Amino acid sequence: MAVDAQAPSRGFLGASFRTCPETGLKVCSQAEALIKVNAVVAVVFLAVGGFFGLLVALTRWPAVHLLPADWFYLLLTAHGADVLLFWIVFFEVAVLYFASAIILNCRLAAPKFAWLAFVLMVVGAVLANVAVLQGESSVMFTSYVPMQAAPHFYLGLIVFAVGTLIAVCCFFGTLVIAREERSYEGSVPLVTFGAITAAIIAVFTLASGAIILIPTFLWSIGYISHIDPLMYKIIWWGMGHASQQINVSAQVAIWYAVAAMLLGAKPLSEKVSRMAFLMYILFLQLASAHHLLVEPGVSSEWKIFNTSYALYLAVLGSMIHGMSIPGAMEAAQRRNGFNNGIFEWLRKAPWGNPAFSGTMLSIVIFGFLGGITGVIMGTEQLNLIMHNTLYVPGHFHATVVGGTTLAFMAITYLLVPLIFRKEIMFKKIAQWQPYVFGAGISGISLFMMGAGTLGVARRHWDIGFSDAAMSFDYPATAFLMMGLNGISAICAAVGGLMFVLVVVCSVFFGKARTPESIAASPTLPSTGSAETVTTYGSEAHPKLPGTVVLVAVFFVAFVLYYYVNWKYLSEVWPLS
Amino acid sequence: MAISPPENKLWWKEPMSGIEITWVGIAFLWGLVMFGTMVGWHFVGKQNLSNETYRTTPDAFADKVEAMVERFQVREEGDTGVPVVHPTPGSDVYMLGRLWEWWPVLELEKDQTYRLHLSSTDWQHGFSLQPQNINIQVHPGYDFVLTITPDKAGEYAVVCNEFCGIGHHTMVGKIHVVDKK
Amino acid sequence: MSEQGTGSGGAPEERVPAMQRLLDNPFLLLFLGVATPAVLYLLWGVMELSQIPLAPQ
Repeated sequence: MAVDAQAPSRGFLGASFRTCPETGLKVCSQAEALIKVNAVVAVVFLAVGGFFGLLVALTRWPAVHLLPADWFYLLLTAHGADVLLFWIVFFEVAVLYFASAIILNCRLAAPKFAWLAFVLMVVGAVLANVAVLQGESSVMFTSYVPMQAAPHFYLGLIVFAVGTLIAVCCFFGTLVIAREERSYEGSVPLVTFGAITAAIIAVFTLASGAIILIPTFLWSIGYISHIDPLMYKIIWWGMGHASQQINVSAQVAIWYAVAAMLLGAKPLSEKVSRMAFLMYILFLQLASAHHLLVEPGVSSEWKIFNTSYALYLAVLGSMIHGMSIPGAMEAAQRRNGFNNGIFEWLRKAPWGNPAFSGTMLSIVIFGFLGGITGVIMGTEQLNLIMHNTLYVPGHFHATVVGGTTLAFMAITYLLVPLIFRKEIMFKKIAQWQPYVFGAGISGISLFMMGAGTLGVARRHWDIGFSDAAMSFDYPATAFLMMGLNGISAICAAVGGLMFVLVVVCSVFFGKARTPESIAASPTLPSTGSAETVTTYGSEAHPKLPGTVVLVAVFFVAFVLYYYVNWKYLSEVWPLS
Repeated sequence: MAISPPENKLWWKEPMSGIEITWVGIAFLWGLVMFGTMVGWHFVGKQNLSNETYRTTPDAFADKVEAMVERFQVREEGDTGVPVVHPTPGSDVYMLGRLWEWWPVLELEKDQTYRLHLSSTDWQHGFSLQPQNINIQVHPGYDFVLTITPDKAGEYAVVCNEFCGIGHHTMVGKIHVVDKK
Repeated sequence: MSEQGTGSGGAPEERVPAMQRLLDNPFLLLFLGVATPAVLYLLWGVMELSQIPLAPQ
């Protein structure tokens, strides 16, 4: 395994440290090795699941219609599990170890259990993949009962969840050790606080998953005769949607981390940013109700309260981050000397550094395409004209792929030199990668939402209905949208391939970082004088005209698009 | 920096900047407006989802559908063999989702109100009325009752938009809305 | 509440405000973050399902 060769080793599971030459942080060898293996396995699942996604998109392109129906539904199930669950959770475990052991200068708690967690997660993920690829579990990622998958599909997910829960426990244990050993003073850094938020939501997610998947597994082997479909759906989405809230928290933490590492940005106010995370901890998970807005059996009161995250308090949290991160960047850049006009700080930002460009694209795609549409789709009545149409995957490809995946890719460009201690290979490809991937994903998201507005169903092999007894024709524009979606998917796949190529080659064949190469091209550029950065804070009450403009544009887009959709709703058949 | 502990150990006491206070206020108020819009639409809007649901069984629901078909069938839909029913305005009408059809075909009168019952006899299905784009989830074992008032005449398709197995993409039904005779 | 005590370790004499102590206590946050959705989303939702009446015959 990847135990550090340079560090003085104290056996396979002993804690040993090296000092990072670039950050001065003490790096626990166990944490480092676990970050490496989790990140590598994550990228493997990204590559596999992304490839399946390309095949799915090419099938939905009516002129291409690549796969036969059974393979389409099979690979769509595998695509969902591999990228929505396995890629993201493996990477999140790496982020949790990084935000605890590395950032807090501390040894990782119970490394034996962390390795056990890793093994269980790999076994579970492989088992679920085998079940799907055998063809008896084409139930979609949601696996709604009474449709039944093979028992080892559910078992794989349960084993994977148990592994993840152990990893989350190692994270919390590390927090306790760091506090007891006083490896830091005062409060944990904001990035670690964001990781705590992600870990807390993960506990709720995994508990919901256990409550529903264990009985469903027993049902699949004949121990239980009946699972209520509505009960299943409520509890399953406690896992299925809350798991995406882990992503949101982890990705916002990464936004803060990259802004700090590359620009020396400091949160405008620790208090406000942490309160925004507290809103996530308390209310973000209620949005699981987004999936039950056109369901029988649950009242409008329950739907309205939960879908609005308790009066939109979690949206308030996101809107705070959406202002506070660009604000922190602007303040830092102005402090670094880019003080002319409204936008010099943005124009002269390091757009050629994929860690920065990936982060900025992640913020923009998540905010404008993913966030606004998510709130609109999660409005009780508006959901009527969107539920289960392609609008839904259009929305979540903007959040999970454009937002989370792009943020994870961005920080990988920092993890390769800092944790793997390898030079990034193919620098030009790396430089272009976030733009190619971001353009593809934006296209996928926009065109799917366009088709969804025209009524096109999600998870549907043939929108021409050629084998149906009764016919229906979607508008021609819908077919055009599906073609453009296919082209965007190819663009995104090229961007994904560029990422895998750069990362795999750098990690396995890249040149090791040496003191000379670190001096020549530091991963973390020195941003002006360290002193000005540290004394620059909330007391200074900086003027941030650029951020004010960006936030105003966002807000106007939000309000307009929100009421445009109420207009659409008011034109359909009255119903009550 | 965000990756190091706050230098000011009592960071809670740091004052907020004006831009932050303003933005938090705007975002909070906007949240209340959106919440109020959702609640208010229940009072002033015409498109709200019903709260009327009953527990049922596939057999009991199928019996009700068949009773309606027996009473109100007027013809068959083309050469599909699926009955078309024209129920009395104001009455209870039923549509059943099953692998892989919506049964039967409904013929409704424009601007009349009906109580539409939706359920499934096997897996979950998605009632997606096109080109209106009204989408409602259909569960086995639950009778979901919606009060609908079709306000435009024409031929509407009911597409299934919840994945229901290998024939999912062939599951299309019909609702005809006709002018009052 | 054994996790607090942030004020020690070279902190100023001043008392740490209550909200900051809450935000510095991951296990209290863990409890709140699991209990809130468990009650408002899961419990409330499941209670509503259990109250659905039988269809009139």
